[in-house]
Amino acid sequence: MQEKNSSLNKNKYNLKNIIDSSAFSSFLSALMAIVLGLIFGFLVMLVAAPANALEGFKYVVFGGFRRIGDVFYFATPILMTGLSVGFAFKMGLFNIGASGQYTMGMFFALYVGFMWDMPGSIHWIVACLAGFVGGMIWGVIPGLFKALLNVNEVITSIMFNYIGMYLVDMLIQGNSIMYVPEKTRTRYLPADVQIPSLGIPNSNVNVGIILAIIVGIILYIVLQKTTFGYELKATGYNRFASEYAGMKGKRNIIITMAIAGGLSGLGGAFAILAPSSIAGSSMTYEPINIIAANGFNGMAVALLGNSHPIGTIFSAIFISHIQRGGTLASLVGYKPEIIDVVIAVIIYFSAFSMIMNSALLGFIKKRFSKEQKDIDDYKDNEIKEAE
Amino acid sequence: MEIVYYLIQNTLPVAIPLLLVALGGMFSETSGVVNIALEGIMLFGAYFGALFVYFVQDLGLEPQTILLLGMLIAAAAGIIYSLLLSFAAVNMKANQVISGTALNMLIPAVILLFSKMYFNSDGVTTNVNFYIQKIPVLGDIPILGRMFFQKTYLTVIIGMFFLIIATIVFYKTKFGLRLRACGEHPHAADSVGINVYRMRYAGVTISGILGGIGGFFYSVGVMDGNVNGHTGVAGFGFLALAVMIFGQWRPGKIFLASLFFAFLRTLAYSISLIPFLYNLGINQTFYKMLPYVATMVVLAFTSKKSRAPKAEGVPYDKSSR
Repeated sequence: MQEKNSSLNKNKYNLKNIIDSSAFSSFLSALMAIVLGLIFGFLVMLVAAPANALEGFKYVVFGGFRRIGDVFYFATPILMTGLSVGFAFKMGLFNIGASGQYTMGMFFALYVGFMWDMPGSIHWIVACLAGFVGGMIWGVIPGLFKALLNVNEVITSIMFNYIGMYLVDMLIQGNSIMYVPEKTRTRYLPADVQIPSLGIPNSNVNVGIILAIIVGIILYIVLQKTTFGYELKATGYNRFASEYAGMKGKRNIIITMAIAGGLSGLGGAFAILAPSSIAGSSMTYEPINIIAANGFNGMAVALLGNSHPIGTIFSAIFISHIQRGGTLASLVGYKPEIIDVVIAVIIYFSAFSMIMNSALLGFIKKRFSKEQKDIDDYKDNEIKEAE
Repeated sequence: MEIVYYLIQNTLPVAIPLLLVALGGMFSETSGVVNIALEGIMLFGAYFGALFVYFVQDLGLEPQTILLLGMLIAAAAGIIYSLLLSFAAVNMKANQVISGTALNMLIPAVILLFSKMYFNSDGVTTNVNFYIQKIPVLGDIPILGRMFFQKTYLTVIIGMFFLIIATIVFYKTKFGLRLRACGEHPHAADSVGINVYRMRYAGVTISGILGGIGGFFYSVGVMDGNVNGHTGVAGFGFLALAVMIFGQWRPGKIFLASLFFAFLRTLAYSISLIPFLYNLGINQTFYKMLPYVATMVVLAFTSKKSRAPKAEGVPYDKSSR
């Protein structure tokens, strides 16, 4: 009798623990945002072309499984920008500037690829590092503005998206070694700066995704196991309290933005240096005065992953998955932009899913405690009978 | 002198969208809701305004009538889109920057999707000429008439009209005072019987009206009546936010700030017409960067003594202290 009682109690503790844990609740809220986003996407498809909606929707949801290699290939850059946005967000900074940092990283990687002569085995590594540095420079500027001049980082990083885009386009167009005016794009990078492919047939998946996942794990360790990570999160929760506790808020803002920028820049480098069988999708850059979409998709990735590095890895793969599905949906007449709609809706809902989530959780808990009450009643009866 | 006339005539149609949208942002932020979504609201208004123009352009209406009607459509569209933000920010107590960003991302994708499917292009292209060669009577005033009432758009006059109304509402009405109270100290406002939720809805809705109209005026005055999903409104919503901060959340200063930015932008796009600057041989892309760089410089100097509403960006919760 005693033993049964304690095991019941233990069970109760575990289940309750899981429901109460923040990981579970953020997972639930991400799931809810995804479901709502997909439903909305389906509705848009219904409005756009009712006849093919179901088929198109199937492509969106399941199509990615057919192109698993490409899913990982396209997940690489948005994973990096997602980690960047998420890392800054842990500190309460909203890094909209991932696009500009990404573009800067691309440019630095391109520059090293074209202009520096290096042995093949380390050339791509140096180019990636250059991308990191490029993004870092572009990320640290909003950090400095925020820390020293109290300028809102949202506005700064948006402005630097535009400045970076124009600057990179101008620098590339002005460089006769890189740029071919007749083709309005750069030449293709020499093959030795290419990131080694993983050799999976029919896809361009390369070492970049593995490096990106490793970076994600490192970030997790930094955030969870180091003093710096602790200070960062503490500042994110309450800047004034952490400063009162002696943490150097301003210094941490600058470092955080530098790292976040570097991560985005690395994403840009991974994207531009990736091997590609689709002409023009990498190894070359086309200056067209448009802000890189991967920066904004990174925001979706980070929000969906609740800014948690490990969660971000999964959400990047998921977003990439439905993006592939979206391209396949064009087989039945939809445009790939349908996925941008879905992603935007997912972000919109994930912004307030915590509230819906707590309502849902409350419901689950109520159900659960009701069941628990039944069990307790049953137990009491049993005890009484035994007596 | 020709160049001065040219620059003024071209600056005003650019300044008006910035002015209107920044005023919208001002109403939203002084009520306590950060409105990053202005860019999306502008584009939404511009798209529906342009769609309206597209459908009525063959009916033989007077262009200025079409403009006024399109403005109403754009305002209605702006209201609808801004409701999404107020719902998230006020009812759901969501992070306002995130929901605003989501709204910004949503609308270009929707425009591209539907335009590609129905028009086989990236946006809407209209061919109504809204340009006014010379406004009767006023255009005949020496110098000033040529500066402000020739080779212009009706949008300029409407924009100035809105500026006056906004200033009056902001400073001289009970509503304006209450709105500002909700952005500074919502609990104090609540304690004297002001419905903070309703005031915030009102603030965001006004920003929707002005944002939608501003977007339509952008497409009329800057894009010749076209809307494109790829370029959108070219960051004007964000620039308007910067204008608003530069203008310290006050209508008069916002007007001056919008003129400043519009002038820089006009300058950037008319370098080839100004021999003095053209002969300097500076890459034209530098000038395109100029408005954004100027924003940064200006913000660096003004943000230290910022007069931002104290409660902006903080969801109002009755039960918190």
